[in-house]
Amino acid sequence: MLRHGPRFLLSRASAASMGWRRQFATDLPAETAGDSKFVEAWKKVIPNIDPPKTPSAYMAPRPPTPSTIPSKLTVNLVLPYSSILSGKEVDMVIVPATTGHMGVLPGHVATIAELKPGILSVHEGNDVSKYFLSGGFAFVHANSVADIIAIEATPVDQIDPNLVQKGLAEFQQKLNSASTDVEKAEAQIGVDVHSALNAALTG
Amino acid sequence: MAMAALRREGRRIAAPLISPQPINPIRSSIASSEYDTIPFAFRFVYIYIFRNRMKSVRNIQKITKAMKMVAASKLRAIQTRAENSRGLWQPFTALLGDTPSVDVKKNVIVTISSDKGLCGGINSTSVKISRGLYKLNSGPEKECKYVILGEKAKAQLVRDSKKDIELAITELQKNPLNYTQVAVLADDILKNVEYDALRIVYNKFQSVVAFLPTTSTVLSPEIVEREAEAGGKLGELDSYEIEGGETKSEVLQNLTEFQFSCVMFNAVLENACSEQGARMSAMDSSSRNAGDMLDRLTLTYNRTRQASITTELIEIISGASALEG
Repeated sequence: MLRHGPRFLLSRASAASMGWRRQFATDLPAETAGDSKFVEAWKKVIPNIDPPKTPSAYMAPRPPTPSTIPSKLTVNLVLPYSSILSGKEVDMVIVPATTGHMGVLPGHVATIAELKPGILSVHEGNDVSKYFLSGGFAFVHANSVADIIAIEATPVDQIDPNLVQKGLAEFQQKLNSASTDVEKAEAQIGVDVHSALNAALTG
Repeated sequence: MAMAALRREGRRIAAPLISPQPINPIRSSIASSEYDTIPFAFRFVYIYIFRNRMKSVRNIQKITKAMKMVAASKLRAIQTRAENSRGLWQPFTALLGDTPSVDVKKNVIVTISSDKGLCGGINSTSVKISRGLYKLNSGPEKECKYVILGEKAKAQLVRDSKKDIELAITELQKNPLNYTQVAVLADDILKNVEYDALRIVYNKFQSVVAFLPTTSTVLSPEIVEREAEAGGKLGELDSYEIEGGETKSEVLQNLTEFQFSCVMFNAVLENACSEQGARMSAMDSSSRNAGDMLDRLTLTYNRTRQASITTELIEIISGASALEG
């Protein structure tokens, strides 16, 4: 056991020094101006505790607005349960905004769009992938990055037409027999979603 | 006469083995140096005390090891979901920026903690950061309120900030966490609490041994408009065209409410991961300590046992040699 002692000590020392070195590795991006203001204010009032981190420390900074229109649009489609597309370069996306379907091309003006349940189609070259979105928001930034945040997104080929018809009939009936405003609103939402699903399957 | 003395000695030795004295718990921790001063009849009692103590420490070791395994399996289950939800808040921070140093009148601090204990120091860290934020954002004309998720933070904050607690929610993890549940919770909070800025405090899960205390800030639609007009990080917000909804403020309100539920969902998942990771390392160090304690107890037990046997032998032999003359 004594023979292994020096080897053990050596490995522990090297691990400790490696850990020390790894602490300085900058895989987290540098803090922005707002954060440093927060950090300074914190240090003045509470000097003993380290300030908490903020979300911008965990995000890679976005690319700046280019001077010429880029050729491809970068799309991020995120759900609470997964990121379906992250940083994918495509030619065009068509988002189902509440004011109608909106096509987004590279160089589109910066927009914040509220989405209604409908189809999102992603065009890349000759491939078109369609997802049925439940609703959410879409941000198009000036640097040709589009963020689409939805609660659910299913590829259209995974939707069962029979269940759609059944659901539509059920919510129509609920809407007719609804008494309170809350019930009416819920039934109306159900009808909207199912008719959009219907349109998605047929259209 | 020698045989009678031996028989007497034999009976004296056998008696405590057959019917041990009732164990006196006060004497359970004795050093081996005190052993010689203890009267004979009590010596066998101490061996039983040692044995009982070792049994209970061994049980504790088994229990903490099992708790570590359970925490490890729960962590595996929830870690993938937390990592998948990390993309959810990034678009909001890209659009609205990260403004922890915003100066508003009504601050609400949402502290996320666990319901169960034995998870290391993460709940104390969250409470310390919440108190720090409270201190940072208190001043003339400013007010700060707490919304607490989880029993542990509630127990700590009720002690000195009882009047500032608006809402306390417990038993969040009774059913597996999903977005619908968190959305309903976020809706409750938004309806019942007046706020200009919501500051969510949670522990972000970096790795099984590292948890970073983090705070995310969600602003109310009025403050977003105010900051957009003032310029700075949100200054570019006015350049965005608004599609959908009748007015910009309606869309902004939906946007901030959606942002709050998304950020809460990620925060709750990250905190749950951190809780399981902290519990794993706490239980691991606990079972290691129990193992160390068991080793020490075994050594003293063996020494005690051998010393009592030696003493008996000496007494018998000296008794016998005294009889021989």
